[in-house]
Amino acid sequence: MSEMAIGRSGTGRHIAYVLRSNPVTAVAAAGTLLLVLIAAFAPMLVPYDPVASNVPHALEPPSSLHWAGTDQLGRDILSRIIAATRLDLVIAVSAVSLSFVVGAVIGGFCGYRGGRLDRWVGRFVDVLMAFPLFVLAMALVAALGNRVENIVIATAVINLPFYIRFARAEVNVRRNAGWVEASRACGDSHLSVVLRVLLPNVLPAMAVQISLNLGWAILNAAGLSFIGLGVTAPTPEWGIMVAEGARFITTGKWWLVALPGLALMLTVLCFNLLGDGLRDILDPRMRT
Amino acid sequence: MLAGILRRVGRRLFASIPALFGVVVVTFTLMRVLPGDPAVFFASGPSAGKEEIEELRRSMGLDKPIPVQLFRYLGEIARGDLGRSMTTGQPVVLDIQRRLPASLELTCTALIIALLLSVPLGVLAALRPGSAVDHAVRMLCTLGVCVPTFVSGLLLIYAFYYLLGWAPDPTARIDIFASTPPEITGFYLIDFALVGDAEGWWAAFRQLVLPAFTMALFVLAPLARMTRASMLAVLGSDFIRTAHAMGLSRLRIIVAYALRNALLPVLTITGIVFSTMLGANVLVEKVFSWPGVASYALDALLASDYAPVQAFVLLMALIFVLVNVAIDVLYGIADPRVSVA
Repeated sequence: MSEMAIGRSGTGRHIAYVLRSNPVTAVAAAGTLLLVLIAAFAPMLVPYDPVASNVPHALEPPSSLHWAGTDQLGRDILSRIIAATRLDLVIAVSAVSLSFVVGAVIGGFCGYRGGRLDRWVGRFVDVLMAFPLFVLAMALVAALGNRVENIVIATAVINLPFYIRFARAEVNVRRNAGWVEASRACGDSHLSVVLRVLLPNVLPAMAVQISLNLGWAILNAAGLSFIGLGVTAPTPEWGIMVAEGARFITTGKWWLVALPGLALMLTVLCFNLLGDGLRDILDPRMRT
Repeated sequence: MLAGILRRVGRRLFASIPALFGVVVVTFTLMRVLPGDPAVFFASGPSAGKEEIEELRRSMGLDKPIPVQLFRYLGEIARGDLGRSMTTGQPVVLDIQRRLPASLELTCTALIIALLLSVPLGVLAALRPGSAVDHAVRMLCTLGVCVPTFVSGLLLIYAFYYLLGWAPDPTARIDIFASTPPEITGFYLIDFALVGDAEGWWAAFRQLVLPAFTMALFVLAPLARMTRASMLAVLGSDFIRTAHAMGLSRLRIIVAYALRNALLPVLTITGIVFSTMLGANVLVEKVFSWPGVASYALDALLASDYAPVQAFVLLMALIFVLVNVAIDVLYGIADPRVSVA
């Protein structure tokens, strides 16, 4: 990753340069901000109660009254999509932060210490990677219990190998660098060297991973609830909305599937583009 | 050459044993902590007596300590006995044997479609970097990874079944009124072709196209991106310039010289792509009611019937390991420098 020293004043100019030459990143950042705002103020933004059914108006196509149509119970789909934003974002963000923190610490110590710990962790990671990850997540949610927290844990676990490997490799190449030696020579404990000196140093590179991972985490969580794991029926969540709408697709009720799907897609798109943009900012050599 | 390849296969298989053992232990542990007592679930009913449940637990080996159960399980796997599904009442091995071809046919077709689409797209993009084609390919890739398979599958059903009427009813491998082919390989397309039943082949093909495309779209992006990147690197190298200088035709340079070298990284990433596809199978099989192993495992999972799930996870890991070995061997054939080392 980039070891090139970009001066403080240069960083701002560099970010401005990247944003100018790549306006897509700016749009993605704005989109992400918008998503966070929607998630934060969802209860105030919904035009209807997202769980109130209104059977006489069931399965209505999008109209001026219901912008995204209504579902099989007459619930307003737009309200449900907005209300679901919070749950989906919370699941993804907490899963990714969990695996980031745990993965960075484990990987950091493995890369720093090496030896037996490193070998055992490496083996464990190999085992995790031998599973098709979605299948592993499925089994985990089923084993831990069909609850939202367990979707978070399952998503965190399947992300873990990447963070462990990443942090391990990054720390490993730096552990004998001059500034690490200096910190040790100043009397820092090993714990402090890893947590306060090495990990902050690999943080920028990991930030890119986090952003790219968020999109993946959302897809995973939505996939799990689509197959009936995790989030249960009346709760508005994008994956489960698509699952409920799936029954009506062969009779042409496209809005039940397409609109929650669109929300899902746009969210993932925002995170992915933001991740690409972050990579451009942090590591100019990786630009594609 | 052949002996070298065999040695390579052997070494790789041997090296994957610890990981496979880990997979068995992890799945076993996972399934044993599953909520709900399967003995209660499969007792005659809610009114089942205590003795009956105890009897069931004994017959299922659930009364023994967990490590003993694990050893029993390992022994059973070694004998090829993966237990009995409580929902279908059949040995899991039999169920999986019957359903695996459906999943493999779907996954392999999807992989072929994905490769046939992504490699030319990646090459086209690499030939003119920065052109409209390049941007179009990049946009397609960016969007491709953002659409979840279950949404794209449903939208394809809407477009091709409901709106256009080109695709058949999106359930199962073949129309319920059509006759199935004789069991030869279990792959409907191959079986129909072997007996020369053109009508049957077409029916099976029509049924397969949508789910296969759904899955292919999802993995198009990594393959096309990798093709583009490695093609760009190869096109900039000296031997391509030499070939140009020697006056070889453009087509020949691109296909015979550049592409052959550029395909190596694509081959490597195909292994990762295959793993993603095995996971995506669960979603695609559910959307299209495809009678494969993934939907079998999913039904079992929701019914807390754990033998099929264990077998499924184990099978997926096994297939993944085998695919990686195969890719490794192919890599050696494609690039002789690798096998010398």
